[in-house]
Amino acid sequence: MSPRLSIENLSIAMPKRPDRPLLLDDVSLTLASDEIVCLVGESGSGKSMTANAILRLLPSAVRVAGGRIRLDGETDLLALPAEEMQVIRGVRVGMIFQEPMTALNPLLTIGEQIAETFQIHTRLSRAEIGVRVQALLTEVLIPDPPAAAKAYPHELSGGQRQRAMIAMALALEPAVLVADEPTTALDVTTQAQILKLIRDLQRRKGTAVLFITHDFGVVAEIADRVAVMQGGKIVEQGLAEDILNRPQHPYTRRLIAAVPPLRTAPPRHRDAPIELQVEGLSKTYGGRGLFHRQGRITHALKDVSFDLRRGATLGIVGESGSGKSTLARCLVRLIEADAGRVRLDGVDLTALSTKQWRQESRRVQMVFQDPFGSLNPRRRVGDLVAQGPIVRGEARQQVAARVRRLFELVGLDPDAGTRFPHEFSGGQRQRIGLARALALEPEILIADEPVSALDVSVQAQVLDLLADLRERLRLSLVFITHDLRVAAQVSDDILVMQNGVVVETGTAAQVLEHPRHPYTQALVAAVPGRHWIPENIERRTAESAA
Amino acid sequence: MLPILKRYFRSPVAILGLTLLLAVVALALSADLLFPRNPLALAGRPLQWPLASPRFWLGTDNLGRDIAAQIFHGARLSLLIGVVATSIAIVGGVLIGAIAGYFGGMWDEALMRLTDAFQTLPNFLLLLLLVAVFGSRIETVVIAIGVVSWPAPARLTRAEFLSLRHREFVEAGRLSGLGDFRLIFTEILPNALPPVIVYASVVMATSILLESALAFLNLSDPNVPSWGNLVGQGRSVLRSEWYVCAIPGIAILLTVLAVSLVGQGLNDVLNPRLDDQ
Amino acid sequence: MQDRVLSFLVFALRRLATSVPSLLIILVAVFVLLQFAPGDTVDALLAQMGGGDAAVGEQLRHFYGLDAPVTIQLGHYLWRLVHLDLGFSAIYGKPVAEVIGERLPVTLLLMSASLLVALLGGTVLGVLAARRVNKWPDTVISTVGLLFYATPSFWLGLMGVVVFAVKLGWLPSGGFEDLGAGLSGLERAFDIARHMVLPTATLALIFLSIYLRVMRASMLEVSTQDFVRTARAKGAGESRVVVRHVLRNALLPMVTLVGLHASTMLGGSVVIESVFTLPGLGRLAYESVVQRDLNTLLGIVFVSALLVIGVNFFVDLLYARLDPRIRARGR
Repeated sequence: MSPRLSIENLSIAMPKRPDRPLLLDDVSLTLASDEIVCLVGESGSGKSMTANAILRLLPSAVRVAGGRIRLDGETDLLALPAEEMQVIRGVRVGMIFQEPMTALNPLLTIGEQIAETFQIHTRLSRAEIGVRVQALLTEVLIPDPPAAAKAYPHELSGGQRQRAMIAMALALEPAVLVADEPTTALDVTTQAQILKLIRDLQRRKGTAVLFITHDFGVVAEIADRVAVMQGGKIVEQGLAEDILNRPQHPYTRRLIAAVPPLRTAPPRHRDAPIELQVEGLSKTYGGRGLFHRQGRITHALKDVSFDLRRGATLGIVGESGSGKSTLARCLVRLIEADAGRVRLDGVDLTALSTKQWRQESRRVQMVFQDPFGSLNPRRRVGDLVAQGPIVRGEARQQVAARVRRLFELVGLDPDAGTRFPHEFSGGQRQRIGLARALALEPEILIADEPVSALDVSVQAQVLDLLADLRERLRLSLVFITHDLRVAAQVSDDILVMQNGVVVETGTAAQVLEHPRHPYTQALVAAVPGRHWIPENIERRTAESAA
Repeated sequence: MLPILKRYFRSPVAILGLTLLLAVVALALSADLLFPRNPLALAGRPLQWPLASPRFWLGTDNLGRDIAAQIFHGARLSLLIGVVATSIAIVGGVLIGAIAGYFGGMWDEALMRLTDAFQTLPNFLLLLLLVAVFGSRIETVVIAIGVVSWPAPARLTRAEFLSLRHREFVEAGRLSGLGDFRLIFTEILPNALPPVIVYASVVMATSILLESALAFLNLSDPNVPSWGNLVGQGRSVLRSEWYVCAIPGIAILLTVLAVSLVGQGLNDVLNPRLDDQ
Repeated sequence: MQDRVLSFLVFALRRLATSVPSLLIILVAVFVLLQFAPGDTVDALLAQMGGGDAAVGEQLRHFYGLDAPVTIQLGHYLWRLVHLDLGFSAIYGKPVAEVIGERLPVTLLLMSASLLVALLGGTVLGVLAARRVNKWPDTVISTVGLLFYATPSFWLGLMGVVVFAVKLGWLPSGGFEDLGAGLSGLERAFDIARHMVLPTATLALIFLSIYLRVMRASMLEVSTQDFVRTARAKGAGESRVVVRHVLRNALLPMVTLVGLHASTMLGGSVVIESVFTLPGLGRLAYESVVQRDLNTLLGIVFVSALLVIGVNFFVDLLYARLDPRIRARGR
């Protein structure tokens, strides 16, 4: 069977960047009808560049340096005149993007945007287009299609927007669909639904799908074949079954080994005393002010209680809007709770004065999510780490020595303190953030999605570091994450949140292996690739390879 | 600091702006040297065309004053107005914007209503009122221009503070034990400043234009040599000796252009984006 | 739909309500400010009459209520404003409302014509420049824009007079209409239009230069957004992408600017009307300052503020009409 789409020796160059002349280096890939090929890689690997090259949607700064892209064995797409390319787009090749919010025009209704594809490529009447739009929206299982067609993008949820994007891409039943990380911006339960939708539609229509992702769980869920990219090259490709379970290339092995297996360890510190006790924490948001109307009141937190034993790790999991980040900030009073108590060794932190808390905050420190947003870009990283102790009156000399030790502890060059944040990679920045939190010698560390912005291999390193430090410094840890795999790896106990309410708590094994609450059951069922456990690849091979 | 300078000098437009601005500064500095006499005193026969007399290479105005002398001395005034009024407007605006944006709540509400009020009243009208009430001595005029120009920088600073105050690095600073004062001045302000610095060039350009308009209407200090004043003076002979109006106008234009170009250059350096477009 | 229209109206009205305190701040502040003015209306009046003794002055002050404490005067003034009574202009010898009413149409005409020219020209030139970014049309348009931005409006007006009125003789050099000709109907309208060409062009060019820069930047910014790529992926042609997707979104910041510029333009009209001796509100403001006609000055402040608030209300409505996200926020 001849391939629907074949990418042959594609190279793409960026003339203005001599340090990395080729963004894509000799990429070859085929896509047959009725199959899903996953293109996997970490950020900067060139996977999105490859996807965009197919429809010639490349940024103006890059230039195709060589190769061909052929559709149904016909002439090279890269050589087509612009007008002929427009007929390929949307008719024979459809595309879905990562951010369903920004990928839709905010000023046009969903219906208008889907209809546009028909207006461009067909001579259908308005009424006929209207019927087609309804049919498409029904097909992608959007609730209440007539209302959805009249809605603007911001009036729909993320999942509904992505369904609308899919409807738009499939409007003219293209033979090839390119999906560029279509579920990355979505919550895990929504992601599961969208993956199922893409799979079902693809099976029904026999579409050839090129699916770009960074997530091996998603690959395990959806791929027929897999190609792995690193630094602009395809390092390995083959059947999904083979790549997932018997990867050959060291890079693939390392990537797969870095995926946390969905397995729990027996809880530690069962008999340690309770250190942090949270009781009835509540927080509501609602606009109040002289000239602002009463906004809709949202319960970000509703009567949240839990205990944390000394030395233990509590994983807090939930999807966006579950209140988990608000909870983290209420614990350290970055947000003041409306009601409830946070007791640290019996002392109520919420009752302290601002001044007292500024001193006490030494004992509870936080690691943040965004490696770029959590370090002040205009200050040297050494000063950022030293700042806490210095503000609390420690001598500069003494602090400087400690900063060097801390940098070493988190695996950075002790002399790196004089550099600025932008000189570090994402993983290194998270290490700096960790050093900053540890500089105050806290007893409890609150980590708010500390690895969710990192590539999977870096994520594994930071998680290992965190596990190591937690033992060495006897830290208690509150670990907030949306990723059940990560939660399974680090947590002794897990607390599941939905809409500001704790729906389930228990040991990690209880919660993940025998979930009782329907929401927890849905979360666990939605973990992509949960049945895939890469048995034969030990983490040790990964470390020796690195 | 050095890479910033290097990036600045990569743009020919920015270099042109800086060159022009330095030229105006040179005019201002050399004024006393080249034209030691009072530029507003009678110097020769009125209405001599430029180049007509070797003594007055830019000619004389309808009061027999040397136009070249007024241009040189006027450069001082324009720069003075630009720097002082802009400083008043930027310092005031940044403080008010920072307080409103950082503390929010009632502070924000009150300060923003005040800013609204200032922006609702046409600022040239307010300037007229201030000059009418407090007189048109040059000190008063400079302060008045600063006073009518703070709302825009205040809004800009507030917007920056609003977007920065919940950033994770600010939260981290708070958890390190920093108080409000340190958070505002060491964590947020340095990150909020670049757009404000760029906007300062707009304020400076506007200040120079405001003073010249005021002087043109004869409402500024008549005892200092001002380009706007000279344009207003030349109006009565506009039909025949139009150069009296034209020359100082070009001086204003070039100065404002210089300030705007420097601002644009700073913008490209301080807020880099669309680099590869 | 019904729901959207309603929330949209509620949103606009709420925005309008927020301007009430601003208006109050302005009136109180300006009233208090004018108390510091050296000499009051009576002094100005006496000077105009060629001097008079103190007793006459006292009498006049009592007549105008100027001998009462400031707070009482302020209270009276605000109370009269509620009834839309702006007081009496001693200089012009008639009610302030009447004086302003005579002058307002000229300023409104000048402002709306300039705004129209500036917006249309700025949009078209900005789009052209953005479409040819860093090529020669962009360079030419951007340079001209920068030059006009740096030009003092009064000087531009005067040079316009030198070229088009004095040298070429195509256009009148000032005034609102040719009063001596006794024209009426269409002929009069045409005559007024001829008189308005130079003032409108002068005022418009300054704002045109701002709008074209904003439009250019906005077009470039929107062009990089994801939904533009989506439109291309659908197979939309270049003109469709530009008009339907880029332009519509790029216009939004322009609309905001119009609201912000309402007051700046009113301020600019003071200068322009003086240059072209137009009998408008701006010139009236200038004359009132010179003649210390404080009642009229206060009236002008009040009317200008109302005008600015009105324009902003209209701009809010327009913005909400163009951007569905704003409507949602109002809900």
